[in-house]
Amino acid sequence: MQSIENGNALNGAGTQTFVPKIVAFCCNWCSYAGADLAGSSRLAYPASVKIIRVPCSCRVNPTFVLKAFQQGADGVILCGCHPGDCHYVTGNYYTRRRMALLFSFLDYLGIERDRMRVEWVSAAEGARFSQVMNDFVSKVTALGENRKIADIRCKGASGGEDVAGGNNDD
Amino acid sequence: MTDLYNACLSRAQELLKSGEVSRVVGWKKGEFCFDVSPAYFESAEELNEFTYDYFCGANLSKYLVQIAKKEGKSAVFLKPCDTYSFNELVKEHRVPREKIHVIAVECRGKADIKKAESVAGEGVLGINETDDVNLLEIKTRSGKTQTERRNILLTKCLSCKGKKHVAADEKIILKEPIETGSDRFAGVEKLEAMTAEQRFAFWKSELSRCIRCNACRNVCPACTCVKCVFDNPESGVAAKANDTSFEEQLFHVIRAFHVAGRCTDCGECTRVCPQGIPLHLLNRKFIKDIDTKYGEFQAGEEAEGKTPLTSFKEDDGQ
Amino acid sequence: MKKIDTEHLAALYAAIGEKYPLYLPVKQGAAVNFAPYTADAEVDLTQLKTVKSPKDLFFPQSEEMMRFEKKDGMWQIYDLAKEQNPFVLFGVRACDYKAFEVLDNVFLSDPKDTFYAHRREAAIIVTLACFSPKDTCFCNVFAIDAANPQGDIAAYLSGTCLYLQAQTEKGKALLDSLGNINGALCEADDTDETALGGIRQKAKAAFEQLPFASLDLSAFHGDMKETFADEKWEKLSQACLGCGACTFVCPTCQCFDIRDFKAKDGVIRFRCWDSCMYFDFTQMAGGNPRTTQTQRFRQRFMHKLVYYPKRYGGTYSCVGCGRCVEKCPQHLNIVKVIKEFSKGGKEEK
Repeated sequence: MQSIENGNALNGAGTQTFVPKIVAFCCNWCSYAGADLAGSSRLAYPASVKIIRVPCSCRVNPTFVLKAFQQGADGVILCGCHPGDCHYVTGNYYTRRRMALLFSFLDYLGIERDRMRVEWVSAAEGARFSQVMNDFVSKVTALGENRKIADIRCKGASGGEDVAGGNNDD
Repeated sequence: MTDLYNACLSRAQELLKSGEVSRVVGWKKGEFCFDVSPAYFESAEELNEFTYDYFCGANLSKYLVQIAKKEGKSAVFLKPCDTYSFNELVKEHRVPREKIHVIAVECRGKADIKKAESVAGEGVLGINETDDVNLLEIKTRSGKTQTERRNILLTKCLSCKGKKHVAADEKIILKEPIETGSDRFAGVEKLEAMTAEQRFAFWKSELSRCIRCNACRNVCPACTCVKCVFDNPESGVAAKANDTSFEEQLFHVIRAFHVAGRCTDCGECTRVCPQGIPLHLLNRKFIKDIDTKYGEFQAGEEAEGKTPLTSFKEDDGQ
Repeated sequence: MKKIDTEHLAALYAAIGEKYPLYLPVKQGAAVNFAPYTADAEVDLTQLKTVKSPKDLFFPQSEEMMRFEKKDGMWQIYDLAKEQNPFVLFGVRACDYKAFEVLDNVFLSDPKDTFYAHRREAAIIVTLACFSPKDTCFCNVFAIDAANPQGDIAAYLSGTCLYLQAQTEKGKALLDSLGNINGALCEADDTDETALGGIRQKAKAAFEQLPFASLDLSAFHGDMKETFADEKWEKLSQACLGCGACTFVCPTCQCFDIRDFKAKDGVIRFRCWDSCMYFDFTQMAGGNPRTTQTQRFRQRFMHKLVYYPKRYGGTYSCVGCGRCVEKCPQHLNIVKVIKEFSKGGKEEK
């Protein structure tokens, strides 16, 4: 997985405002098309939402979620078909159980629960897709940068000089 | 030597002598009383080193994955909690049931040498039962000390699943079983009651001690992948050692998730951790969540059927 | 020799910590490990064995060696080895100190490992004598006198007093630079020396009576091929889980792996401890020279008891700290291996 581009933007005053980096895993059969519809309907959602198309929401392994956070995502969202509408009949039911347990577990480790979410968005719900993303981005913006489960190596300490090569502190 | 040891030994001898089994999987004496190792015995002569006592905490069920590939039938001594792991392995087709003869053996809790030493001091020579079921006697070089049973049991025994063997071809039980467990989820609840920041600080201080020795994974009877994702350079998450604090989080989160619904809570992970990290608190969170969200479930209770993460209900909550 | 009352130890740590980064045994949750000194650190000098040996102050479990970055279409390469500022390592036991020499043979011989060398040169080591060993200790088998440790400064903890004896120029300079710490650090007198001598003598006797004091290593001096091919390895390694607990707590294990990590701005090349117990140890393009756990298990002990001594003038790559005896999940360890191979080892019991 590639590391995610720094999404921070300069505001008018020249200081940086925090724009969270969001990874959205979207099911090919519903929410990916929903995102498409949002776009063609000219409904806005922040550009820092990076969509990764998956064949079904249940394709998303917990490793993907953690790896996204590790590589610098501030929020991770999974979008799948509404329960009962899965293209593969039952995939999203498994997703529902897995992610409910994973998110509860990450919360148990002290990681902010609002950084992760599962939403059901159909191909016809372009407006809903945009609204979900706007809402999620504003929630994650309020939480600020993800520091708890990010890998410092992926945060971009640029230039060899900055790297601590000193005594091991642990 | 205790009656229980003699009963186990003579049964092992019989089984080998009659040719009913090709080998017996049990525990072998060490240099001290506490450094008991799992072992396979293939002859009556080898059984001289056999032991069964308060230091046989190791769960032998995972060894069966390899042993079952050997020729002939193998007998194995399993304590009540070990039989849950065994069932889970049978359920997942990792161990062919017909190749194993399960000797369900009595267990009244197993001892933790560190706890015994902190009670009685260095030079522990053995642990014996007393007339009072609540008391155990620690024999050391300098004398004998009696202590509450619970004071010196392994962490896993303090939340014992009960004294029932869920798999058995025969049983060796001489004494009344004793319930050694108490509230299993107390530790999880204590953490849940903390704030997110406190929980994060707790896990950071615990997991940052992890040295990625993989002992927890390698001893785990639920971890039977032929090649672990963390050993596979193609996986993108392979890591031989932690390079930042995040590596441990990734490893332990994924490991706990992968055994969720399959972990029988045998507690071997916590027993073997050289750094004393309470790893069972990770697995137990999943167990508690599964129980509350999807109904009570004890992995390994049955040797067939689906697990909570390989099944669903249409009206599951989100 | 100087002495300080144990109730003033915090002042001693603070005085050293003011001058240099200080690393010492600190209680962290259920374990004691070497860690940086902070005002609220729970220092534990009574702990005989830290879980991890202090070797990772010189040879960290993982460290970044170089970094590659692409700038304007050109690859920039940064060497991350650099000179280290002096630091103090306090409370090293004699076995662990001897282990540094074992590592030196490997890392400081040609080609010299600059990462290791820089740290080694920068370290001022304060060792701590052992007076009451544990049953799992067997350092005397390797001719280590744990009651009289080497090091820049040797410390002796007896009753409510900590004695400090400078043994090198570096150590003397450090001890002199501390001043008298508000009168807490003073010169020891003859009575102290005599008392300490008595304690050392008593400790010596204690070491000789340890269960493993008379381990016989002669079996490993014979024909290497015979030992290698011995059938005993199969039985010895039966219960081995293939985890790396023994190698990672071992003060002398020195194998490492070098890997690349794709970071945000380029690639980081780092090295990390490796374990011969792992299935992919020395995995190469052509395959793996050791395909079974028995072979890997044998490698660990042959390396410590046969290959290493053959290469480095008879020094064993084991210092008898006994960590593996305590930490192996299934209680396999070097003592069991040595006993199995030494003639009549089992009957002796």
